[in-house]
Amino acid sequence: MSEHAVPMRSPYFTRGTLAVLAVAVVGISVYLGRMTFGLQTFTNLNDQWPWGIWIALDVATGIALAAGGFTSAALVHIFGRERYHSLVRPALVTAMLGYTFAVIGLLADLGRWYNVWHPILPSMWQGNSVLFEVGMCVMIYSGVLYIEFVPIVVERFKGRVDLPGVLRALNRPIEGLLRLAEATLSRFISVFIIAGVTLSCLHQSSLGTLMVIAPTKMSALWFTPVMPALFLMSAIAVGFPMIIFESLISSRSFRMAPEMNLLSRVGRIATFTLGFYAVAKVVDLTIREAWPLAFAGGSQAIMFWVEMIVGILVPLAMFASPRVRSNPRGLFVAATLTVAGVAINRLNVFLVAYRPPFSDRSYFPTFYEMLLTAGLIATLVLIYRAIVMIFPVIAAPHGTADDRSAAENDRRAA
Amino acid sequence: MSLRRRDFLKLTAAGPVAFAAAATLPTSAHASPAPDNAFDDAYGVLVDTTFCIGCRKCEWGCNEANDVPRRARTEFDDKSVTTVHRRPDATAYTVVNQIAAPPETPQPVYAKVQCMHCNHPACASACIVGALRKQPEGPVTYDAWKCIGCRYCMVACPFQIPGYEYAKALQPRVMKCGFCAERIIKEGRKPACVENCPNEALTFGRRRELRSLAHQKAVASPGRYLDHLYGETEVGGTSWLYLTGVDFARADLPPLGSRPVPELTEKIQHGVFKNFVPPLALFGLLGLVMASQHSGENGGK
Repeated sequence: MSEHAVPMRSPYFTRGTLAVLAVAVVGISVYLGRMTFGLQTFTNLNDQWPWGIWIALDVATGIALAAGGFTSAALVHIFGRERYHSLVRPALVTAMLGYTFAVIGLLADLGRWYNVWHPILPSMWQGNSVLFEVGMCVMIYSGVLYIEFVPIVVERFKGRVDLPGVLRALNRPIEGLLRLAEATLSRFISVFIIAGVTLSCLHQSSLGTLMVIAPTKMSALWFTPVMPALFLMSAIAVGFPMIIFESLISSRSFRMAPEMNLLSRVGRIATFTLGFYAVAKVVDLTIREAWPLAFAGGSQAIMFWVEMIVGILVPLAMFASPRVRSNPRGLFVAATLTVAGVAINRLNVFLVAYRPPFSDRSYFPTFYEMLLTAGLIATLVLIYRAIVMIFPVIAAPHGTADDRSAAENDRRAA
Repeated sequence: MSLRRRDFLKLTAAGPVAFAAAATLPTSAHASPAPDNAFDDAYGVLVDTTFCIGCRKCEWGCNEANDVPRRARTEFDDKSVTTVHRRPDATAYTVVNQIAAPPETPQPVYAKVQCMHCNHPACASACIVGALRKQPEGPVTYDAWKCIGCRYCMVACPFQIPGYEYAKALQPRVMKCGFCAERIIKEGRKPACVENCPNEALTFGRRRELRSLAHQKAVASPGRYLDHLYGETEVGGTSWLYLTGVDFARADLPPLGSRPVPELTEKIQHGVFKNFVPPLALFGLLGLVMASQHSGENGGK
């Protein structure tokens, strides 16, 4: 490998990081407020609208955007495309944090969040429930993601465990533990990788089955028995653009040259995955004869076109153009639109398409709901930054800030 | 925009053509049975809206019998609230609404709204922990102790019945009529609302008997009722049945097909997880691809 993952070196706090920190602090305060005072004080949820943006964005979109973890693992480890190796670790960390924060977001929405572990008890297993399957898969897959992260921890600390003071006695046991983890995982890691991809296919699609239980409440613009297939396809379609999106932000943040050679190729893959999803959506709408609804006006039709044009067709056209793909800015815009498109799709499916039969108001999130969602994203970004600065996650190409600072250190030492 | 039954059938028929992925939607022995008169020997209630005088005594009885915020007896004397469209919520498992009035009808027409106690309840199918259950005796009951508060039951219910205690930071409950399950099963009594009804608008009994009673009534008084016993076939049948002379939709009874609401999701779930074969097959397939890639690599080197 010409490129090797290294911990990023940069001051942790920059002006941007501080702004993100402010959003995180506000969001966490709202979170604590919600846990103390209940849902009514902080949300616009009611009997007509039992689900809001905490489900549509924090949980459903969060999990969809974490799909880069399994798509990159499948591409590199299962289909053997080694050239994309450097994308796997950043995507893995994104997925690990994405799932963690989807669960943290879910807890804010659950009335009895302290019972969230109940589905584990065999006495409460409910095999008919789509949500039960989603919950179990998400739980197991989160565990798999953490296990897949262990080799990165081993690589960082093996032979370097050096705790200070009284903790020094723990150095040897921890060292032994790392070696044991390495020895065990090197034999079984492929099992975890395949399990991760299988579990992802299961619950990414099942998230799409959730709203299939409310056929009479859903607009036919989105309600389809193949919604699970569409959700899986869109998760696969957004996986690579999400990787591009993050890679370009990371290289800017850490002052590295963007890995355009690789990212352009990923953009080409996205043309196919997104194109496949777009065709599937159009075929589905055509077979179900749902197009008249798209021209019926109203907020549902508007949101449908925003999703289709801004979130699917425009980024698809951009990814399809080699000129756009070779330009960091073009690639970034295409990736961002794809990410936004999937977020809009999840909002549409869970909120816009949903029409309670007896309704005297519509749902719009409170400022608190939005602040909490923003705060969770901000906290995730802060932890991601810390992880890539502590652990070898991001591959540093030659001539990067990291190499330069290393060279500087050498000079100083000399 | 809601789906009519015809569209719904078209969807289920046309959808699988769209994608090979839909091959994972086979019919399954585990899925809900077709609409039938299951639970015909279980308990039910026949609501004859033509006998309802909107006295709210059922609301009062319900309030006294259940663990909801207690209201003064006199509050239920105020009949004016029936002219405002109300829905059951976390404080009232049942409400009575005026659904028609003179000059349209000779007398004001009222209808009581509460959980329909579906034969194939979507709420129970949706529930992640089995807190909601269809009891063999008819009631769909709620076990707050199991509940995690996800409110998926509320998303799933086609009648939009369950309410939620959003104001509580701790131990909020899903709130809906439980058909006085303890009272009717263990004590052999009628539900509180039925016991309190002074005018025989509510009849408690075995569902089979209620169905034949309804058809007898329709025959005995031609013109009094619409030719439709609501709940007999809707969403696979409900334990509560309605007779009315005016449009059911005005009594908060939406037009619904005869297929059980959770039928499609259960088919998908049990298809995808049939004996765990599809997930294991995917696992094996990916393993084979991985192995072939690696052996190819080694061979190439």
